[in-house]
Amino acid sequence: MNPAERLATTTSFWNDTGRSGITAWIFSTDHKRIGFLYFYSVLGFFLVAVTLGVLLKLELMAPGRTIMGPQTYNAVFTVHGVIMVFLFIIPGFPGSFGNLIMPIQIGARDVAFPRLNLLSWWLYIIGAAIILTSLFTGGGPPDTGWTFYVPFSARTATNVSLAVFGVFVVGLSSILTGLNFVTTIHRLRAQGMTWGRLPLFVWSLYATAWVQILATPILGITLVLIVAERVLGTGLFDPARGGDPIMYQHLFWIYSHPAVYIMILPAMGVISEIIPVFSRKPIFGYKMIAFSSLAIAAAGSLVWGHHMFTSGMSDTAILVFSFLTFIVAIPSAIKVFNWVSTLYKGSISLEVPMLFALSFLLLFSIGGLTGLILGAAATDIHVHDTQFVVGHFHYVIFGGSGFAFFGAMHYWLPKFYGRRYAERPAVIAWGLMFVGFNMLYFTMMVLGMKGMPRRYYDYLPEFAPLNLASTIGSWILVSGLVLLLVNLFRGLSSGELIGQNPWGGATLEWSIPTPPPTENFTEEPVVTHGPYDFKGAGIP
Amino acid sequence: MVKDSHDNTTHIIGYGKLTTVWLILLALTALTVRVSRQELGIGHVWGSLAIASAKAGLVIAFFMHMRYEGRLLRWLLFVALLTLAIFIGFTFFDVLYR
Repeated sequence: MNPAERLATTTSFWNDTGRSGITAWIFSTDHKRIGFLYFYSVLGFFLVAVTLGVLLKLELMAPGRTIMGPQTYNAVFTVHGVIMVFLFIIPGFPGSFGNLIMPIQIGARDVAFPRLNLLSWWLYIIGAAIILTSLFTGGGPPDTGWTFYVPFSARTATNVSLAVFGVFVVGLSSILTGLNFVTTIHRLRAQGMTWGRLPLFVWSLYATAWVQILATPILGITLVLIVAERVLGTGLFDPARGGDPIMYQHLFWIYSHPAVYIMILPAMGVISEIIPVFSRKPIFGYKMIAFSSLAIAAAGSLVWGHHMFTSGMSDTAILVFSFLTFIVAIPSAIKVFNWVSTLYKGSISLEVPMLFALSFLLLFSIGGLTGLILGAAATDIHVHDTQFVVGHFHYVIFGGSGFAFFGAMHYWLPKFYGRRYAERPAVIAWGLMFVGFNMLYFTMMVLGMKGMPRRYYDYLPEFAPLNLASTIGSWILVSGLVLLLVNLFRGLSSGELIGQNPWGGATLEWSIPTPPPTENFTEEPVVTHGPYDFKGAGIP
Repeated sequence: MVKDSHDNTTHIIGYGKLTTVWLILLALTALTVRVSRQELGIGHVWGSLAIASAKAGLVIAFFMHMRYEGRLLRWLLFVALLTLAIFIGFTFFDVLYR
């Protein structure tokens, strides 16, 4: 069957549904449709938050007021952070590519609890709607930063209570997704899909799911305590009434540091899929990469105190959390060394997903190594709450997770649409994004080293040239992003048709028709080879 | 009254036992208030945590029926509680040494 005939087949999940119109999507329990619901939702929120980010950089283009006042600036960076963190990058990978790919990769017809999966998306959308409502009601958009630190969050007149309630609901969605994925990976693996044959993307989702289940409830409780403080005046975080404001920071970061691993672990899984396929070589150190995902999830859950070195926490705690932070570098480095070893003597094909994967290696390494500067108490005190932290965080999360997300879009979306994008514009878009990204965020790290604080809408004149360069970098980055999206979606709607396995992958998603049928497999698969055993899969 | 002690779907606990547990919970709440008004130094934290743990244990065992569940669910609960204990324990590197 040629690709055109395959596209026309009625068994494709695009066609096979009992409902019509939008209800065929928003009430579907098919993991692929729910994956697309998540994908387009998170992408929409991402674009809103990108717009806010560009406005922030425009404001910082020159000293003094440029396009907005300080209160608006506070609101914009808060909303930018809340949307990016809670509505894009935390649900982004598990919700979209986790749903789209994971059940197929383990040989299942769907996730273990399809209705719970749909409920997860609905909770996510309801939480998002509540957060958006908080921007336009009450005292206006929250101005606390995405961390909602007390005592300010307990006292500000802005609409913090509604916003944290929205985040609470989104957190519930995240827990349900985690539960669903752990159960699915334990119970629904196909015959022969042993733990040693699980694709590394699935391993990364498994580790992520445990963090979602175990850490997210603590965020939920913490957010409830903020509301209790605001509405009931409980004094939990007020020293004058026996409370402890630093305890808030502990509670917040107990979740929010592991949340960074919810953001980055699945991205590492994506990279582990792309690199062997485009190196035409089995992955180096499969077991070490799989277990390092679990090690990162475990060790990364015990390092939250490094966010609090200047908060008044005890010296003993600073010592312990600093030491533990350095331990997380070990499994992270194991992954990077194994990816590089996979590339060694590989037959490397520099197509767009691979370009994003290679960028990930560089940008994540810069982000990780600058993290050690923040993890060491002595150097952290110099750069704490400066632009350096913002630059470091964006290197890890945008340069890491973001670039992996774009890589995943180019790697997997053609499989679902049956068509691919044009290569040359995609490479140009990648180049623009790579250059713009480094111009935007590396300058921020230099500014931080020079002493420019974060979350300030004004700055001293000596910081002006680097801020201007950073703003220009944001324009280059966004122009690349626009080109990337236009080219990708134009290709997916009217581009060249592709076959079943355009990249030569050995994992199960490449063994089924393009686009996938509703129940993924026409007959139950029996797995006889590893996920990167290209010879075993009969791939030249 | 417990009709069932294995992993069938329903366990019916009598009103008497539930009321007793509820009264113990109320007494422990009163004890929490009492402890909060004593000058105990860091003993405040230990005392409050011990009482809270006892209360949570009763709720989990009786109201959430964990006492009558099988090994798998107990094991899963243990993992969650261990994680929580580690999280709380690590905050003591700060609280105890300020």
